[in-house]
Amino acid sequence: MKVDIEQLNKSFGTVVAVHDLNLDIRAGEFVAFLGPSGCGKTTTLLMIAGIYKPTGGVIRFGERVVNTVQPRDRNIGMVFQSYALYPHMSVFENIAYPLKLKGVSKDEQRVRVQRSADVMGIGDLLHRRPGQLSGGQQQRVALGRALVKEPDVLLFDEPLSNLDARLRLTMRGEIKALQKRLGITSIYVTHDQVEALTMADRIAVMNEGLLEAYDTPDDLYDHPKTLFIASFVGNPPMNILPIQAALEGDAVILQNDALRLPVRSERALKAAQQHGDLLMGVRPEDVTLSADGALCGEVFVVEPLGREDMIDVRIGQHRLAALVTTEKRIRAGNRVRLDINADKLQFFDPASKRSILWT
Amino acid sequence: MHCAPTATGTFLGMGMAAVTTTQSKRTSSGRPNLTAYLFLMPAVVLVVLFFLIPTILVLYISMTNLTSANFTADIAQMEFIGFANFTTLFNDQFAQKILFNTLFYVLVTMAIFNVGASLFVSLLTTHINRRASFVFRALWLLPRITAGTVYIMMWRRMIADPPFGILNQALGAVGGTPITGSEYVWTFVVIVNGMIGMSFGMVIFTAAIESISKDIMNAALVDGSTMLQRIRYIILPLLRWPLLFVISYQTLSLLTSYEQILLLTNGGPGLYQTEVWALTAYHRALSNYFGNAQWGYGSAFAVVLVVIGVLLAALYMRVFRFRDLVAEPKIETL
Ligand SMILES: Nc1ncnc2c1ncn2[C@@H]1O[C@H](COP(=O)(O)OP(=O)(O)O)[C@@H](O)[C@H]1O
Ligand SMILES: [Mg+2]
Repeated sequence: MKVDIEQLNKSFGTVVAVHDLNLDIRAGEFVAFLGPSGCGKTTTLLMIAGIYKPTGGVIRFGERVVNTVQPRDRNIGMVFQSYALYPHMSVFENIAYPLKLKGVSKDEQRVRVQRSADVMGIGDLLHRRPGQLSGGQQQRVALGRALVKEPDVLLFDEPLSNLDARLRLTMRGEIKALQKRLGITSIYVTHDQVEALTMADRIAVMNEGLLEAYDTPDDLYDHPKTLFIASFVGNPPMNILPIQAALEGDAVILQNDALRLPVRSERALKAAQQHGDLLMGVRPEDVTLSADGALCGEVFVVEPLGREDMIDVRIGQHRLAALVTTEKRIRAGNRVRLDINADKLQFFDPASKRSILWT
Repeated sequence: MHCAPTATGTFLGMGMAAVTTTQSKRTSSGRPNLTAYLFLMPAVVLVVLFFLIPTILVLYISMTNLTSANFTADIAQMEFIGFANFTTLFNDQFAQKILFNTLFYVLVTMAIFNVGASLFVSLLTTHINRRASFVFRALWLLPRITAGTVYIMMWRRMIADPPFGILNQALGAVGGTPITGSEYVWTFVVIVNGMIGMSFGMVIFTAAIESISKDIMNAALVDGSTMLQRIRYIILPLLRWPLLFVISYQTLSLLTSYEQILLLTNGGPGLYQTEVWALTAYHRALSNYFGNAQWGYGSAFAVVLVVIGVLLAALYMRVFRFRDLVAEPKIETL
């Protein structure tokens, strides 16, 4: 089932939670809503579920406008961060509840609940109460309940946020695999970019009620269209430096008060065509230690990340984060020379905060 | 369960002797804990002062022939007469009628108002616009916060016999037959008391409904419930403890309440027509028709009420599984 959202708006009194949202979600696609807390992700999801009525705009399931359709007539399944299991019902009754409301016979209920529970690996917990289950088991029950009625659309609202890191990793893989196998159109709300980047086919990045971008994970990472996306997507975050670009022969000189960096690259050439101030973005993994590097600065923080160290280098009043192998044994206070992968640079207009490279 | 703390808190607030005992037993496992007893002191003092001592006094007086006639400076004239008052009570030709009145009054008022109407209003006001529901609930609190005498005076004006009475004036205006208060006296006794009593349940039920997590409420709709199905399958089952609590608390409070009936009908208008047990205790002990207050005999009525109350309280404690409610929380295991 494809889902189309056109000019969707929602205000609560004077608070605008969602503003002019446009999205098309293809049948069977896995879309993540990614954004900081309070940016309107849950509100959008609850409008798709039919809990909230939009103040403006249209939501379509297939060709059918569902704006005023009751949640029970939308054939959706939903999984919540708090699991939202019914505490007075056993696991079996929880999963069977949607079927019972549909008038499915007791025998068929038993078969379908068992099947759904087996898929989620909780087939032997059916007689327990939610209070007797661990967080991970509860979330599996919630998933089972969402899947049992074979929904057209699956909605997730930060389903893994209450789980510990290891369990989150396992569940991430399981949900992704399950979704691919069943081919159910899914919308997954999260504030965790790793979840969004690893699970989703496309990511809708939201900020303060507005859609910032709607792209594949690779595009978001490699071709960020706005400064917000560039700095929000990716961990550790991208370095952003104010800079001016000028053409000198066939090289481009990137410079500011503290650094001067001659580079040769397509992207830099594009930047050089813009006059005046620019913001340059470079990811920590694209900054390397190099004996004849053009940049020179003093390390003032070393953050061990296990496989690599993240070092924070001060160049004049600017700061540049870089990922280096632990073998280099960089210590705070060391002076280092750095080079930058010019093919991976990003450039933004400081006024509009939009990319100069990608539109 | 989410509603357990509400029930526990309010139950402790009842300050019943039994609650205190349960608590102190739990804390004194092993060596007696002085600090724990110190913390219990305020509750213990209150219970002793306002429950235990009065009960013992009433129990003693109920076994004497004390009346206002033989109450002289020489208290020695008061005689200890054992269970004679109780024998008289059980042979009293009106006791059975009064007992039946009391059961009728407690059960009907509770079913219709203290539980029925309060649950209905709570469900209604939690499903409508917040501001409207606030106004609505505030209105329902008025009978409780109005001074009892004022409230009853208003009702008496309202239901006075024709040609007076606002109700009859209104009925007359639309061409209906006027009604007399005596015909419908039980109806009015139940309504007048019920409208005070229902706000208690309303406050408890509303709080309990609003404390059900929003996610659970939304999940129920997404899973396919209509509003009514959500009430039936999700909300009502989750109100089990508040319901039990309101039922038990309100039986006890209806059993012992008589002020409104005293002011509205004083047990009449027919002979013992609306007389309830607590009112009889008052009539016998403090307001006898013949000007002779039978303190001893009245106390016997009060003692019967205390016994019934304590038995019911003990029963409710079992039904509530009170020990489970105050059990220490199990540490969440992942
Ligand atoms: N029921 C509501 N009433 C009033 N304001 C709300 C309500 N729900 C959400 N909001 C507001 O709308 C904005 C978006 O909220 P939400 O969709 O929950 O954000 P997110 O899920 O992205 O963290 C926030 O500013 C929030 O305060
Ligand atoms: Mg949210």
